[in-house]
Amino acid sequence: MNNIIIKDLSLAYGEKQVLKRINQEIEEKKITAIIGPSGCGKSSLLRCINRMNELIPDAKIMGQIIFDKIDIYDSNTDVTEVRQKIGMVFQRPNPFPKSIYENVAYGLRINGLKDKNKISETVERSLDDCGLLKEVKDRLHTSATELSGGQQQRLCIARALAIEPKVILMDEPCSALDPASTFKIEELMVKLKTRYTVIIVTHNMQQAARVSDTTGFLYLGELIEFGNTKKLFTKPKEKLTEDYISGNFG
Amino acid sequence: MKLKRFEEIIGFTILGFSAIIVILILGTIIVNIISYGSNAISWEFISDFPKDGMTKGGILPTIMGTIFVTIITTLFSIPIGVSAAIYLSEYAKEGMLTRIIRAAIRNLAGVPSIVYGLFGVAIFVQGLGFGSSVLSSGLTLGLLTLPWIIATSEEALKTVPHSYREGSLALGATKWQSIRSNVLPYALPGILTGSILGLSRAAGETAPILFTGVVFFVPGLPDSVFDQFMAMPYHLYILSTQHHAIEQVRSLAYGTALVLITLILIMNFTAIFIRFKLRKKFQM
Amino acid sequence: MKLKRFKEKTIHFLFFLAGISAIIILLGIFSMLLFNGIKTFKDVSILNFFFSTVWNPSAYHEPSYGILSMLVSTFMVILGSMVIAVPLGIGTAVYITEVAGTRTQEILKPFIEILAAIPSVVIGFLGIIFVGPLIAGIFNLSNGLNAVNGSILLAVMSLPTIISISEDAIRAVPKEYKEASYALGANRWTTLIRVIIPAAISGIVAAIMLGTGRALGETMTVLMVTGNAPAMPHSFFDSIRTMTATIAIELGEVPYGTTHYYAIFAVGTILFLMSLSVNIIAELVTAKYRTQRT
Repeated sequence: MNNIIIKDLSLAYGEKQVLKRINQEIEEKKITAIIGPSGCGKSSLLRCINRMNELIPDAKIMGQIIFDKIDIYDSNTDVTEVRQKIGMVFQRPNPFPKSIYENVAYGLRINGLKDKNKISETVERSLDDCGLLKEVKDRLHTSATELSGGQQQRLCIARALAIEPKVILMDEPCSALDPASTFKIEELMVKLKTRYTVIIVTHNMQQAARVSDTTGFLYLGELIEFGNTKKLFTKPKEKLTEDYISGNFG
Repeated sequence: MKLKRFEEIIGFTILGFSAIIVILILGTIIVNIISYGSNAISWEFISDFPKDGMTKGGILPTIMGTIFVTIITTLFSIPIGVSAAIYLSEYAKEGMLTRIIRAAIRNLAGVPSIVYGLFGVAIFVQGLGFGSSVLSSGLTLGLLTLPWIIATSEEALKTVPHSYREGSLALGATKWQSIRSNVLPYALPGILTGSILGLSRAAGETAPILFTGVVFFVPGLPDSVFDQFMAMPYHLYILSTQHHAIEQVRSLAYGTALVLITLILIMNFTAIFIRFKLRKKFQM
Repeated sequence: MKLKRFKEKTIHFLFFLAGISAIIILLGIFSMLLFNGIKTFKDVSILNFFFSTVWNPSAYHEPSYGILSMLVSTFMVILGSMVIAVPLGIGTAVYITEVAGTRTQEILKPFIEILAAIPSVVIGFLGIIFVGPLIAGIFNLSNGLNAVNGSILLAVMSLPTIISISEDAIRAVPKEYKEASYALGANRWTTLIRVIIPAAISGIVAAIMLGTGRALGETMTVLMVTGNAPAMPHSFFDSIRTMTATIAIELGEVPYGTTHYYAIFAVGTILFLMSLSVNIIAELVTAKYRTQRT
């Protein structure tokens, strides 16, 4: 078992409390969706899982997140190793202004891989996994910024996959995309869960219902309800959840 | 209503005139230097040593001296300046210390160049014992250029989107790896533009080198960084104020001014060209 | 893994050192000036230093070290240059931002940058051969090497600073102010005078201060065109000698470690403190306008 165990996690930006004592185990090789109204802290929660919140100057984090038998917040834990194991895809596609090939190879190179054949092999495999290889095969060395938005986002997923993480965090990955590209990414997520744990933050409840196995509802920094997606959307236990999914607020 | 319209026309005309005057000032400078200076320019003028107590011959050693001292300035100010900019843009947290650093940079930029000269004399020439030399002058000019390089480099670093850093860190890169491979390369044209502009100003400075290493005449070119040197700005100063035959060397002074301005304008146009290319590339 | 973290920490530390270099240099300059300058007062009374008009360090019997004449000279050329450069600079900045079309702007901006790049020694040279004779001719003087010439050249030197900083200040005025004024039926000129310039005034004041700093610290141009007579000037047509020029003229020939040597550093200290004050005022004014805006 390689679940992510969140223990008593609290987060504050300066004086502002963003997450309040979150306790939850997230199962491996499933898609877990985190939903909630904007500003509820769902992206912040996601960014705690690979320690990206540390980039915000006055962020204070308390509690533990256990993954792969270690507390990722332990002072002996190397943050770069955490991020290699727990990859991330951002809200807006953020390809680097390099070639398609170099984008995917980037993670391998910074991790010290020098063998050219191996890099090539991994780049192609990762692109293939994301269904991008057949689309870009003959222009691997052109700039990634020329791709369409949906292709760019899949490239970013391929870039994350190339370094063989165990978890992939997705922060509203489709919010900047058109419906057709969104569909492709959702398909991809379902395919990925056979090998990876996928955690997705979304403001789109239909998307959560379509793709996820488990859903958590976050409200004002508290995890109100967490459980099987189908159950949560049809028979929510909490009044707040029910109000939210029936569109009474948010 | 008519009156208001009239007022507006008069006002805008005055504004237009001030812009025209500024252009005329620049125009006068450039045209004057070019029209009189070009008579002095010949292959001999830029490739030969001065002769007959500076009344004949060329200015080769002053050109080489200016280039030599500017190279030392570059070697000193770029590594430190760019590093300081990286610190401010990538590492520093907003706080008291960072505010003090920024205030220090702004104030350094306002320190008179002759004061840098005094500092150079006390520290490099005497304190560190580099003597009156290319090295002392280059370092003094380096200090003078530093605030400029820091400010322009930081600006260039700030234009690199935040997502490049985030994306790289999320792949498990260390901070330095991210900066080196995913921030610096994209800030480089901007850093280059700012640095060239800063160095072009250093190349034309006289006051800081006045007592730190420049001399009116040395036979031959400097062999080492501890030698004294000749430089175009100082040469022009002497030819126009101190020379025993001022009228006789006027055309040499014009020629020196033209070569100096040409060098500086070439550096400026290179910088403007890089910026233009950059703007096209990033659509900024 | 430990090694990787150690490497990162070392790199961070090196960048930190570069970062604080600016503070170290500024403090270094100040303490060096003060350390040397203060020794002047072993032999010279502070009162004499500031209030005597006679600067004659090489007098055989009684050398005297009064800086009042050079202070007055310095203030004269600053005043003269600002009388010319402030209206011209602000007028040009307003023209570039509010009147000129984008094409004209694109042409004008590099022009200003090139003007900023012209070495002071070249401008000084033209002061001698072009501005000097012009002044001598117009005012019927024996030569044109005086405070007027210095003022004109310093105005040229400080114009780029005044223009570019005023320009930034005017550009920073929110578009809404302008639109609100137009909506009330004001024309462009009224809007400019009543709305835009008042809104940008602190930035413009900062620009003037920084221009003043430029004129205060400029050495070569004043050295070349003001005649350098170390006496109390009585009019703008007198030959003057500023603080910067005094340092430039005398540092080269003064023996190391003498009172004269230290006195030059004392002049440098005063110059440094003056330029620091000008900068700090500019900064305070800018800080005020930033807080007003947000």
